Amino acid sequence: MPIVKLHQVTYHYPLTQTPALQAIDLEIEEGEFVAIIGQNGAGKSTLCYTLAGFIPHFYKGELQGLVEVDGVSAQDSNLSDWVMKVGLVFQNPFNQISGAKYTVFEEVAFGLENSGVPRPEIIRRVEEVLQLTGIADLADRSPYSLSGGQQQRVALASILVMQPKVLVLDEPTSQMDPIGTREVFSVIRKMAEQGMTVVMAEHKMEWIAQFADRVIALWEGKILLEGKPHQVLTDERLLEKGFGVSRYTTTARLAIPRKLWQPERPLPVTLEEAVAGFSARLHSNAPEGQP
Amino acid sequence: MNIQIENLTFRYPNGVLALRGVSLHIASGELVAIIGQNGAGKTTLVKHLNGLLLPSQGRVLIGDWDTRQYSVAKLAQRVGYVFQNPDEQLFTKTVADEIAFGPRNLGYPKERIETLVEDALHLTHLETMRSMNPYDLSPTWRKMVAVASILAMDTPILVFDEPTTGQDAASVARLASIIAELRRRGKTVLTITHDIDFCAENFERVIVMGGGQVLLDGTAKDVLGQEEILAQTYVDPPQITRLGLRLGLTEVVCTPQEFLDAFERRCSA
Repeated sequence: MPIVKLHQVTYHYPLTQTPALQAIDLEIEEGEFVAIIGQNGAGKSTLCYTLAGFIPHFYKGELQGLVEVDGVSAQDSNLSDWVMKVGLVFQNPFNQISGAKYTVFEEVAFGLENSGVPRPEIIRRVEEVLQLTGIADLADRSPYSLSGGQQQRVALASILVMQPKVLVLDEPTSQMDPIGTREVFSVIRKMAEQGMTVVMAEHKMEWIAQFADRVIALWEGKILLEGKPHQVLTDERLLEKGFGVSRYTTTARLAIPRKLWQPERPLPVTLEEAVAGFSARLHSNAPEGQP
Repeated sequence: MNIQIENLTFRYPNGVLALRGVSLHIASGELVAIIGQNGAGKTTLVKHLNGLLLPSQGRVLIGDWDTRQYSVAKLAQRVGYVFQNPDEQLFTKTVADEIAFGPRNLGYPKERIETLVEDALHLTHLETMRSMNPYDLSPTWRKMVAVASILAMDTPILVFDEPTTGQDAASVARLASIIAELRRRGKTVLTITHDIDFCAENFERVIVMGGGQVLLDGTAKDVLGQEEILAQTYVDPPQITRLGLRLGLTEVVCTPQEFLDAFERRCSA
C-alpha cells in the first residue's frame, strides 16, 4: 500500500486564478526516493508544501482532491499531528531556522524538545544526526554564523532528527559545494534504504539519475512526465519545454550528427554513462582507422 | 577599475580565522569566478571589497581607494554587491522602486536614474513586473530584482554571491547573458559560485579558495583540470572537463563544443 496518495489534487493560492497544482495523481511507496524536477514556478515547492501539510493548514487558498499520508487525509488532520509524519526541509534554510536558539546543537534539538522527548534521548539523537550530516564540529556555533551550505545541513539535521516517515526536501543542496551535495544525497539515499520515504525537489540532474528511484517532471502545475530517472531525464520533451538537462545528455545529443555518439545507444545522464558511450565510439573507430 | 588585495587576513570576532594572507590583483574589465567549499572564505573575501568587512591585517584597494579610509556608502559608488540571499537586500514596495533605490542614493540625476532603471529592467527581463511587490515574486524573480538593483547603480565593479543558487535553466541562461553584457561594457565582474559548470562556461579567470587561502588562480582551462587540488576544497572539475579527463583527452575542455572538437580529433588520430 502506498504511504503517500494524491488523487486529483488541485490547489489555488489565495487570490489567484491559475492553479499552482492541477489534477495531480501520485502514489509513493514506503522507502521510495522520488525526485521532482521542473522550472521555477512549475509547482515543485507547492507540491512539497502540500505533502508537508503547509497546504492547507498554513497557506490558505483552495485545495481540492485527496491528500493522504499513512492512511490519513490532510484535510482531516491538523498540522501538529501531520508534521510528526512528514518533515519538510525548506528551500531557504534561513526561513526554517527557528531564531530562538543560540547553537546548532540546540537548533537541531528544538523539534524533539517541543514534542516532549526525554532529555537523554534528545542528546543521543541530536549527536547521531549531527554526525550523520557532517556538522558535529559546528555544534556550538550559532546557526546564523554559518555559510549557506552549512545552514542547509543544519536544516536537514533538524528534520532528520524527528525521524519522519516521509521526508520532503525542497532543493536541499542549492547552496552546497559539489562534494557536500554528494554527501547529502548519500545520506538521503541511506535514509530511503532504511525505509524513510523521500520526496525531493531538485535541479541537479546528474545526482537525481544516480540516487532517485523515480522522477516526476512538473510543468505548469501538472505532471508532464513520470518514470525511471534515465527514461525521464533523456526525454525529448524536457528539451522542448526548456528544462535543464545534464550536460552529458546535451553533449551526446550534439555528438550524434557529428557521428561521435552511436545513435542506437541511449543518451547518457551520468558521467559513467557518458564515459562508456564515448569509449565505445572510440574503440569502434579503431579498426576502421587501420589500413 | 583595478582591485588590489594585499596580504589580507581576517579574523571574525568569534575567533574564526577566515582569511589567511590573500593577495590578488584583478584588472579592470576582468571576469573572475571564485570557487571553493562552503566555509573557504569566499564571501568573507568579497565583503572586503565594499567595506562590509575591514582587514584584520593587510589592505584592499579599490582603484586608488583603501577600503579602511572610505565608508561603505562611499565604496558603493565603485562596488555593487548582489547578496547570496535576495531577501537580505529587498525592502521597497515595488520592483521599480527597489531598483531605483541604489542610484538615487548615489545622488545620480533624475534622468540618469530613469535610464539606468529601464536598462536594468530590460537586462533582467523584469519589465512586465515593474509595479509588483518584490515579495509577491517567486524566489527566482526576486533574485533578478536583487541583480537589477545592483546593475542600476552602474558601478565599475560588480560582485555576485552565488547568483545561480536555486535558479532554473532559463534563469541561469539569463544570468550568463547579463554577465556577458557587463563584460562588453567593460565592467569588472567577480562571481562566487558552486556551479562549476556555469563557471567553466562563462568565466575566463578562476580563483580557487580553500581554508582562507587562494589555492589556484589562472585561466579556466589551467585551473579546472586540476582534479587533486580542487578535491582539497570539495570541488569536482566541471562535468565536461571530467568527461575529457576520463577519456584521456590531452587538452582540458570546458564546454560541450570544446569536448566534441577535441574528441573528434582524438577519434581521427
